[in-house]
Amino acid sequence: MLNIIVCVKAVPDPKEACNIQIDPATKTLMRCDVPLVVNPLDKNAMEAALKLKEKMDAKITVLSMGPPEAGNIVKECLALGADQGILLSDPAFAGADAYATAYTLAKSVEHVGSFDLILCGMASSDGSTEWVGPEMGTFLNIPVVTMVKEIVEIGDEWWKVKAGFETGFRLVRVKLPAVFTVTRELNAPRALSFSGIIKARKKEITRWGIDELGVPEESVGIKGSPTIVSKLDSKESKRAVEVISGTREEKAEYIVRKLADEGVI
Amino acid sequence: METNGPVWVIAEQMDCRLLAVSLQLIGQARKLADRLETSVEAVLMGDNMDLQPQQLIAAGADRVYVGNAPDLADYQPELYTELVVNLAKARQPEIVLIGSTAMGRELAPLVAASLKTGLTAHCIDLVLDENNILEARIPAYGGLLSIICPEKRPQMATVAAGVFSIPEPDETRTGEVVRMEIPEHLPGRIQTLEIIQEESEGVPLESANIVVAGGAGAGDLEGWNIIAALAKTLNAALGSTRPAVDEGWTDLETMIGQSGKMVAPELYIGVGLSGELQHMVGIRNAKVMVAVNNDPKSPVFEQVDYGIVDDCREFVPVLIEKIKEYKEKQVTC
Ligand SMILES: Cc1cc2nc3c(=O)[nH]c(=O)nc-3n(C[C@H](O)[C@H](O)[C@H](O)COP(=O)(O)OP(=O)(O)OC[C@H]3O[C@@H](n4cnc5c(N)ncnc54)[C@H](O)[C@@H]3O)c2cc1C
Ligand SMILES: Nc1ncnc2c1ncn2[C@@H]1O[C@H](COP(=O)(O)O)[C@@H](O)[C@H]1O
Repeated sequence: MLNIIVCVKAVPDPKEACNIQIDPATKTLMRCDVPLVVNPLDKNAMEAALKLKEKMDAKITVLSMGPPEAGNIVKECLALGADQGILLSDPAFAGADAYATAYTLAKSVEHVGSFDLILCGMASSDGSTEWVGPEMGTFLNIPVVTMVKEIVEIGDEWWKVKAGFETGFRLVRVKLPAVFTVTRELNAPRALSFSGIIKARKKEITRWGIDELGVPEESVGIKGSPTIVSKLDSKESKRAVEVISGTREEKAEYIVRKLADEGVI
Repeated sequence: METNGPVWVIAEQMDCRLLAVSLQLIGQARKLADRLETSVEAVLMGDNMDLQPQQLIAAGADRVYVGNAPDLADYQPELYTELVVNLAKARQPEIVLIGSTAMGRELAPLVAASLKTGLTAHCIDLVLDENNILEARIPAYGGLLSIICPEKRPQMATVAAGVFSIPEPDETRTGEVVRMEIPEHLPGRIQTLEIIQEESEGVPLESANIVVAGGAGAGDLEGWNIIAALAKTLNAALGSTRPAVDEGWTDLETMIGQSGKMVAPELYIGVGLSGELQHMVGIRNAKVMVAVNNDPKSPVFEQVDYGIVDDCREFVPVLIEKIKEYKEKQVTC
């Protein structure tokens, strides 16, 4: 049986207009109540797991580190067809950078026990470092392929995948267990089904904190993070805008003339 | 007084040619190293790397470590990581800079986690603070965030091509070229079998004189195609923001910004995008900038030279017609 672990992150809905901004006066974050959703690329990771499960005997475990509310997105993955959902939630985990996040996830993977394939998104929409997958693989001492866009061949031990590479792709042969981070090209994530939602009602989410993982407090969250934010400066240079008025035709004519005068078209 | 470790650049080659970003990073590493009163060292892996080290030296490197072997011709994750990590343990660099290329984005976290240190992603500036700690700047929360790695070493960062400029080569500079030992038993859990470059259609972003970028305001694929048609009319490269990529209207290769491409065209036209800094840093060196957005209060209008408040799906087709008229007139007289 293929044991698959999918790492999903709860992120503020990227479709919601309200962005987190800094208050220029107090220099604090002005958060707005944007609902948490599954990070877009993690849906592709989840879909990849479901596709594999359709092909072979597989078990899907979803792993997410986040606030207690992130339980909802774990539930969503259970409704999609994951067999087990684990939420890592503990005040001690808060403020983690990519390194501490990857470390905490790696420790949880060891705690889950046997695994063959770990699937992550290439990037999260809010953190967007792209580091969590590869760093996790390093902590677990297993190979990593980033930007996987096609699984070409599934062998007993060796898999062949296509990974994004500059203007083309890279063909990679890799031995499991391994970490793949996936891109949008890999698949089209399915929608939630009603029967899935019903079935997921019976599935329990496992919640782990620092005690369950048995790791020292200095190794997780903000304490376990080698990088910190030192300061925030306001926006860079601005340009003096000329807002063009008139009818649609007039605006179009005017801008074409201006750009011709500037010698750029 | 404690002496500082070197400033490192992990250089990259493709088909034996050094990537521009490697030379750009050497230029910035030189500035940092001069302030730290230390040396610049480059690490280069590939095959037939005979002339490339001198190019790195001319750009400002003092010492180049070269891994030269047929097995290193293409990026090999395990082998490259092992070589860099072992050398870093021996040389104890203070700072390690890596290009935000496909290779760099994978190799950097593999190396950082192996060295148990921090890594800042896709920086748009690198400076030293008053304590000579590296401040890696990234756009966030409508401003510029400085990230530091105060205790762990090396301090690591990735930087996209185009953030820094290529230094003027000084062919008279001299430096040391050191051959790296290549392990006889290659690590065996992962291999790059082949790297294939595909011809991309349309005008490439990096060299385009005109860039038309579309954003979430396109609304749907139909709206996106209108923006793409504008690019075609102007013989421009088509760029995008992240939501356009997420929606699947365009490929990741077209994304401009902090985690995408950095471009500096003569003309930039941003259509249906909000002027979020993570996108705008990728285009800050454009000569003339135009934005089309239906929200007069959109922050994009603070960052461009000409603003048009209108629904892009309605306005762009009219604009295309006017451009065509202009071009026809140009030909006849
Ligand atoms: C760490 C990190 C890195 C990132 N890196 C990048 C990056 O490299 N590149 C990038 O682009 N993004 C990046 N992002 C995402 C970035 O923060 C923004 O979310 C994104 O740039 C916004 O894209 P947008 O302007 O298209 O969408 P929105 O912000 O949703 O703006 C859409 C705009 O369209 C306008 N509009 C709507 N309808 C119409 C219409 N009919 N006609 C005209 N205008 C209309 C609206 O008024 C609005 O201003 C990154 C984010 C993070 C956290
Ligand atoms: N807190 C988290 N919990 C679970 N998975 C995560 C978390 N943060 C990041 N990941 C995974 O790592 C990928 C890359 O994230 P990032 O490094 O933030 O760009 C995501 O797409 C997820 O698969």
